[in-house]
Amino acid sequence: MQDSIANPIRVKVWRGDAGGGRFADFDVPPQPAQTVLDVVTWIQRNADASLSYRFACRVGMCGSCAMMVNGAPRWTCRTHVNKVIDGNRLTIEPLRNLPVIKDLACDMSGFFEKWKQAEGQFAGSASRHQPVAAISPRDWQRGAANAAIECINCAICYAACDVVAWNREYLGPAALNRAWSLQNDTRDRRHSERLQAVTADGGCLQCHSQQGCAAHCPNELNPTASIAGLKRMVTVGSLRRKKL
Amino acid sequence: MTELRLYLAQRISAAIMVPLVLLHIGVMIYAIQGGLSAEEILGRTRGSLLWGVVYGIFVLAVALHAAIGLRNILREWCSLQGVLLNTLSWIFAAGSLVMGLRAVAAVVGSA
Repeated sequence: MQDSIANPIRVKVWRGDAGGGRFADFDVPPQPAQTVLDVVTWIQRNADASLSYRFACRVGMCGSCAMMVNGAPRWTCRTHVNKVIDGNRLTIEPLRNLPVIKDLACDMSGFFEKWKQAEGQFAGSASRHQPVAAISPRDWQRGAANAAIECINCAICYAACDVVAWNREYLGPAALNRAWSLQNDTRDRRHSERLQAVTADGGCLQCHSQQGCAAHCPNELNPTASIAGLKRMVTVGSLRRKKL
Repeated sequence: MTELRLYLAQRISAAIMVPLVLLHIGVMIYAIQGGLSAEEILGRTRGSLLWGVVYGIFVLAVALHAAIGLRNILREWCSLQGVLLNTLSWIFAAGSLVMGLRAVAAVVGSA
């Protein structure tokens, strides 16, 4: 962490669209407790109103403001400038591994499509007329689901993952992490279908356990551990000759 | 499901290699304590069915394990797919197997 920041902050911002682009330079005045999102907002309000970016909650809940900051994916609303600044330089780019719509705004549809491909939807086994399922907080499956459940779908893990960069079919850490939390939800009735979905080409078996997802997850989740859990589930299932 | 079979084959071959590597290193350290020439080693291994089986299994596991790993690298880093990807992987597996089995034959076969 840097104690004091020289005035001005020299900021490089990627400008362009799916066809290509270039970096634009801006000088931004430092502020106390300034976040990277504050820097981008300052540029949009004071230097170039045509700059496109995405944010909503500003408190780390919605997962919409993730960008590459000095080469690493980060949630910009909760990233203080003094933690990531290099001298007095900040380089801000759209998230890696996602198509750019314009400037810092990425097209997230492929990311969410993979979430669906991994059977990320909860499929309840009981109706509203049946009693609420009793699940002990001490149950190990509940513990496994709990560890994975706080994902905000910011796509930071997806941007950090080299396997996503190499293999466009790979479902990615967020979708597989979601699948793992649902595989441990005893109320869900699509465990078998989900296990098939994550075993298919592009599924959990493609993960190399490099842990870029875990290193960058802003909520300190460990998608690599979730994917390892899915691999164990797939392996045990196949060795027991369950249909896969 | 080919990818699942390859995944399992690579893990099982790794599980086979681990004890064999430890055995290989352990025996090497034990055997050369007082100094040992290649001739002396060959004198002990030649004609030994046990060492032939141990190193034969090891070579099989290596050929399988390394070829699957190389297939992953070719797929991800070189974007190879389909017949070309599988053919290159099979060639590598067959080459490793032939070279490895030749070495085993040289170590355990008669002079």
